[in-house]
Formats: sequence, structure tokens, C-alpha cells
Amino acid sequence: MGPLVPEIISNELNLIVAFIVGIGFGYVLEQAGFSSTKKLVGLFYGYDFTVLRVFFTAGVTAMIGVLFLSHFNLLNIDLIYVNPTFLWSALFGGGIMGLGFVIGGFCPGTSVCAAAAGKLDAMVFIIGSVLGVLAFSETYPLVKDLYLAENWGAIRFDKFLGISPELFAVIITVIAVGAFVAVRFVESKVNKVEFKFSFGKAKNKFAFAAIPVLILFITAFTPSSKELIDNEIENNLADGNYIYNKCSSDKLLSELSANHNKINLIDLRSPEEFKKEHIPLAINIPLKDLRNYEWLEYFKQTFKTNVFYSDNVENAKRAYLISNYLGESEKCILTETMEGYKNLIMEGHSPVPPDNVSPHRWREDTNQKLIAKEKFLSKFSTTVKKKVMVAKGGCS
Amino acid sequence: MNSKPYMNPYLAGFLLGLVLLATIYVTGRGLGASGAFKSAVAETVKVSAPEHYSTSEFYKNYESTSEGGFLKSWLVWEVIGVFFGAFISALLSDRIKLRMERGPGVRKRMRFTAALIGGALFGYGSQLGRGCTSGSALSGMAVMSFGGIITMLAIFGGAYMFAYFFRKLWIKG
Repeated sequence: MGPLVPEIISNELNLIVAFIVGIGFGYVLEQAGFSSTKKLVGLFYGYDFTVLRVFFTAGVTAMIGVLFLSHFNLLNIDLIYVNPTFLWSALFGGGIMGLGFVIGGFCPGTSVCAAAAGKLDAMVFIIGSVLGVLAFSETYPLVKDLYLAENWGAIRFDKFLGISPELFAVIITVIAVGAFVAVRFVESKVNKVEFKFSFGKAKNKFAFAAIPVLILFITAFTPSSKELIDNEIENNLADGNYIYNKCSSDKLLSELSANHNKINLIDLRSPEEFKKEHIPLAINIPLKDLRNYEWLEYFKQTFKTNVFYSDNVENAKRAYLISNYLGESEKCILTETMEGYKNLIMEGHSPVPPDNVSPHRWREDTNQKLIAKEKFLSKFSTTVKKKVMVAKGGCS
Repeated sequence: MNSKPYMNPYLAGFLLGLVLLATIYVTGRGLGASGAFKSAVAETVKVSAPEHYSTSEFYKNYESTSEGGFLKSWLVWEVIGVFFGAFISALLSDRIKLRMERGPGVRKRMRFTAALIGGALFGYGSQLGRGCTSGSALSGMAVMSFGGIITMLAIFGGAYMFAYFFRKLWIKG
């Protein structure tokens, strides 16, 4: 599942990836005509809207692509970089960049392209940009307050509006298509060419525009991979014929006291309940957090058995089924709930008589030993959370 | 030798979108450009004025977020790629030539001065706005970042706002 860095592709290899995607980026920008400053500023004087067409098409394509990949669980949207919002610096910085754009005729990316094609003014623009960055670094103390004001975090636009990402993508696509038609009209006015709109030619364009709409429909109206998995889990739960590996508390006690390193005892209840009481040596992964990236290693490893328990057996079963989708690890559900375990230890009315020792006594002893063990081990912090590596990014 | 015509803008946009999407899928981050300029500036200052580098708050921030410096910077390698990609494209389309473009009646010196000032403003703005047209506006749009889209609107809005005053650099009248 993407992103492939840093799990599948190392950070060193990532630099080669950077070089390769850079080639693609530069190639397309140059082919689109972005090495020509006249074509770029045409956007602001109405005679050439190539920039708008390329920019909007690229943005919409990538946006819909991201939605599509995350819908089919191919890309973890929580791990990709979302540019943070600092309202004032975005507005002022953007305004200054706009001013630089109309005066200089390039933006940083396009200036590199143009310089590669031999444009002397672009080379001067690059020198200017470097000086501008230097100027910012020297004046940073003066603008620091503005730079850091109104920090809204890595908020997404759809969340800000309180709408679904699919709807937001539809809105942007509609705006883009509307803009494509409008700028043709403006272009023909400015260039004093008659504005013609023939449906015959437009047919192909409509066909092209239908592709993103279709993809959006698929993502909006088909269940996502996660929903499908959830359905299947609930079906298996309701079915009753599904066979779970089970282990009794007695087995657990003896396994834990013999070799606790072979077992991940997972308490699925809330952190508050866990704190109040839990089976010794258990770790706490609340059921709702089970799928979180930070716990993934527990379900991918193949040398320990995961034992699930909660305050009801249903939840243990649910976790068992979810972990089927997360990895290959061995697992079983505890026959008893937390309450059941307690009763067994405290009250000791068990039907299983171990040899010679009273079952009650044995359980209580073992439980005590495990508590002592837990106390001892807690010094070493045995829970290994996987570090959530959100991609770094941005231009700054 | 005549250069070949430019690509259809929608096709170019679609391909650019795929490059961006592939970048996000593989690396979890978007494309960028101005960040490479920043790395270049930081590295130069680090070498030429190490004392200033170690006391400046701006470079302290840079040092704490960048790992391994200039040659380990993702954006530096990406921008080197951009240069090669654009060079290949211009070569294949017969567009490589040492020249410049300027509006009607604009002198060379004027164009150079404007490019220098415009570049400086863009460089400054890109640091204040945490990214330029590529890193903030385009990549931000792809991941629906609020800040990215606001920056995009501010860049293009600002350009339209100021366009009238600088029209003589580009068009007649």
C-alpha cells in the first residue's frame, strides 16, 4: 500500500525517485510550453490560457487519482503530506509571488525549465529567486510573527467545508470545466478571433471530460475496500459457523508463565478500563484503533501469537477477523472475557482440576506471579508502537 | 529549423497530473521547486558564513527539518531532474537556443531587471507562503490542502491584481 517510501523504498533510493519524477515533471512542463514566458503571462493578459488549462487538468487528475487509490486501499491518505495552513503567510506570500510572476514572467519551476531551454531571462530569474530566499532568511525575525500566525494545521479543504472529498472533487472539476469554456471565450475576444463553439469538436472533449466524472462516480457510489472488509467481518460474525482459534484462561496462564515472549496478549477495551484492571502482561489496543498504522507490526509478525480479549467475546471475535486482513500473525481469542477471567481467579469455581493442586490456588498463584512479572518488565517498556511516518514535503 | 508545436494543454495537464499522482503514491509527497533554491541558499551560507548560519533562526529551523543537507535533499534532486527533463524535451522539439523573450518595445536590460526583481519577489514570497506554484499550489490542490489552495488563489489573484500595472512589460498599450 502506498506511499512506498519509507517502507518499501528507502530514503536513499527516494532521491533517485526524485530525479526520475523531476525528469517527467520538467519534460511535461517544457512540452506544454512553460519554458516560454510569453505563454505563461498570457494567462494574466488574456491572450493565452495554456497555464490555466494545464494547471487545472493536472490538479484535477492528481486529486481524483488520490481519491481513487485511497478508495481501493492502495494509498494511505493519512500518511501523505498535506501542506499546512498558515492563513496570513499563505495570503501575503501568495500575493508577493503573484507580483513576482507578472514582473518576472516565471515561477521557480518554470524558470528552471526555461533555463534548460536556453532562456537567458530565466537564468536571471533564478538568480533573483535565490536572492529573494536569501532576503527572506535575513528578514526572518521581522516577519516571523506573520509567518507563524493563524496556524490551522494540515487541514483539508473538504474538511474545512464539511463535505465529502468526492463532492469537493466534483466541485473543483465543474469549476475547471467551466473555466476551460470561459477562457476560450476570453481568448477569442482578446485575440480578436471569432468565438466558435461547434458541438462536433466538443464531442471529443466531452468524452475526455467524462473520464474523471466516471471515476468520481465509482469512488462516490461503490463501497470502499474498507467498507467491503467491514461487511465481510460483520457477515462472518453473524454467521456463527466461522471457526476461531480459542484458548482458555488456564492455557493462557500457563503459557504466559512459561514463556511470555511468545504471546501478545491484547486488551481491546478502552484505555480507561485497561488502566483500572487488566490481565497481567496485556497490552492495550482499543478495538477502534486496531487498524491504525502504529500497531501494524503486531499483526504482520509471525513469531508470536496474538491473544484477544475484551469485555465481551463478540469484540474479541471482531478483532480476530480484522487481524485476518492486517497480516499473517497467529492468533486466538480468549474464551473468557475480562469479567470471566476475574471470576476464575478470584472465585475459583472451575470445573477443570489440575493434578494435586487446587485449581483456584494455582490460578491465583500464577496470576500473582504474572503481576510481579509485569511490574518487573514495565521497567523496560515492552509495548513497541510503530512510529507513524507521515511523509515530509512541501516547498519550504 | 522550426521548432515543433507545443503539446495539447489538456494532454499535457493530464500527463503532469499522472506524474504528480505517481509522486504522491511512491513518496507520499508532492512536487516542488522553490525548496531546492532554499537548500542551495542554506548550503551556500553554511559553507561561506558558518557562524552566521549557526546563529540565524531561519537556518536553525532549516537545519532541524532537513536531513543530510543539500545533496540529500529530495527537492534538489527533483529540480535537477526537472532541468534534464526540460532539456530533453526542448532538444527533441528543437527549442534550444540562447535567447530571451520580452514584450513589444521592451529593452533587453529592462527585461533582465524585471526578471531579477520578479525572481526576488517570487523567491521571497515562496518562503513566506511555504512553497511556490508547484509545491504549494499544484501539489496542495492534489491533496486538497486548504493552505495550498489558498496560496494558489493568492498567487493567481495577486498576479491579476498587479497585471494592469505591469502590462507594458508584456503587451502593447
